[in-house]
Amino acid sequence: MIFLEFRFHGRGGQGVVTASQLLVASAFKVGLWGQSIPMFGAERRGAPVEAYARISDTPIRRHSQVYRPDVVAVFDPKIMEVVDVSRGLKPDGILLLNSPTDKFEYKFEGFRVYFVDATGIAIKLGLYFAGFPVVNTAIVGALAKATGIFPLEAVLEVISSTWSGRIGELNAEAAKLAYTSLRGG
Amino acid sequence: MAKTEILTGNYAVAYAAKLSRVQVISAYPITPQTSIVEKLDEFVESGELNAKYVRVESEHSAMAACIGAAATGARAFTATSSHGLMYMSELVWWAGLGKFPLVMAVVCRALAPPWSIWSEHNDVLAHRDSGWIIFFAEDNQEVLDLIIQSYRICEDERVLQPVMVALDAFILSHTSMPVSIPEQSDIDEYLPTPGSRRKPFILDPDDPLTHGNLTYPEYFMEIRYEIEKSMNSARRVIIEAGRRYGEITGRYYDSLVEDYRCGDADIVLVNVGSSCGDAKEAVDLLRDEGYKVGLLKLRTVRPFPFEDLRRICSGKRYIGVFDRNYSFGYGGILHCEVSSALSGIKVPIQGFIGGLGGRDITLDDYVWVFKILVDMADRGVEPKPPIWVGLRGVV
Repeated sequence: MIFLEFRFHGRGGQGVVTASQLLVASAFKVGLWGQSIPMFGAERRGAPVEAYARISDTPIRRHSQVYRPDVVAVFDPKIMEVVDVSRGLKPDGILLLNSPTDKFEYKFEGFRVYFVDATGIAIKLGLYFAGFPVVNTAIVGALAKATGIFPLEAVLEVISSTWSGRIGELNAEAAKLAYTSLRGG
Repeated sequence: MAKTEILTGNYAVAYAAKLSRVQVISAYPITPQTSIVEKLDEFVESGELNAKYVRVESEHSAMAACIGAAATGARAFTATSSHGLMYMSELVWWAGLGKFPLVMAVVCRALAPPWSIWSEHNDVLAHRDSGWIIFFAEDNQEVLDLIIQSYRICEDERVLQPVMVALDAFILSHTSMPVSIPEQSDIDEYLPTPGSRRKPFILDPDDPLTHGNLTYPEYFMEIRYEIEKSMNSARRVIIEAGRRYGEITGRYYDSLVEDYRCGDADIVLVNVGSSCGDAKEAVDLLRDEGYKVGLLKLRTVRPFPFEDLRRICSGKRYIGVFDRNYSFGYGGILHCEVSSALSGIKVPIQGFIGGLGGRDITLDDYVWVFKILVDMADRGVEPKPPIWVGLRGVV
């Protein structure tokens, strides 16, 4: 039985809601059911924002917000200065951090901590949106690997049906690089 | 073949309106409804939907435009929310009392002050007496299915009343989930030809008539009585429309209510809207622990499902009613209605208030509610004033 709850932490403009939607769409490609839930409020560029998702092998009936996630993905590690990103995360849950380094001043004990340099990947690929490195597609690629519930191919398929041409190719490449370069766990 | 896409509740509304081949759309943006009419605007702009999109300066005018369109026999659609609905209110009543068949999606949102953009059902329920059929949806699939069925229902000659489909702000409107989108040809077969309606009357320059004019007391009551007859007929038409819809999509809606494990239950909770799913999970959880509980979801609030309620609630030990609304000086609006419907049936009815202004309603909340009902039944105590779920500072 699969029933996983996700929480995404990022800043307004980093595409946390899109990441949540891509995640659900990718899982749906392999026959899983999902819900993509935005933060219910006013989102502002640069401010800490959240999005949520649920993935299950049966239709999901509950509509409440996510309080005890199985998986947390952090788009901007600086956010940890103001947000407790492991809040409610289940014991042995997955904590995915966008970071060039595995060395952190924060101690996360009792969780499976993964690292992916999503920002570095975006800069390397020249993948920017409105002047900011695009990290959300890389995060979803990394989540495919970290959770193991849907394959990278599903993510690539969703990306190519969401963005056409060069943008689609770069985002697919970002997801691929994140998948193969994921560390930790 | 039907295809499944991951849609927000708002996009489910827009796809349903497109599949229903609405001919006139008039709306004014308001959070959290806006993405419904934005998406419809895209459909019109791209040519995927052949409709007249009437831009207006207010919700009051939006409904006026829809009434005008419906008066010519056209298939009209609008959507609004909260303050938009209140600003539209005068014309909402005009549409209901004037028997104008049209469909409106209402994304339920609390009325201010204090300012809120989150869910609460008072906006819709303030219009329960306006002659509109009122549905509440549990998930995005039901949202899409209800909008389509609503056109068949409202244009049925036995009904000819407008229909409101209520969906919870953000919880459905902005949350995406898989939604099966029926084949256009199936919906074309399911619904009457758009614009073919000639009842209850059609405005025609070659055959002029007046409508809604000054009516003296000796005729007025009969016009009201006609609306009530339509509402009564709607009970059967809604079930027929839901059955036929099931034949083409495999998703049957053949009752005004959904009975979830109420059959052998001692305790039944009555509820509407998106949080019914969480309540069903609570029922399953408590059933595994040996509690005989069930959920009775009202799909319609108007017409009110008296018969189903009386049949399902008879012989139970305790009934709970969960209201995401409040009538100051009374309590929950549905609690009032359920109590009235069950008059003469000996069963205690306890009201619960929760989820106001978007306060989250969780599985744990429903477990708590059911356990209170079980405890009250076991101790044989009389119902109390409504219990506010999760109220800060109150045990």
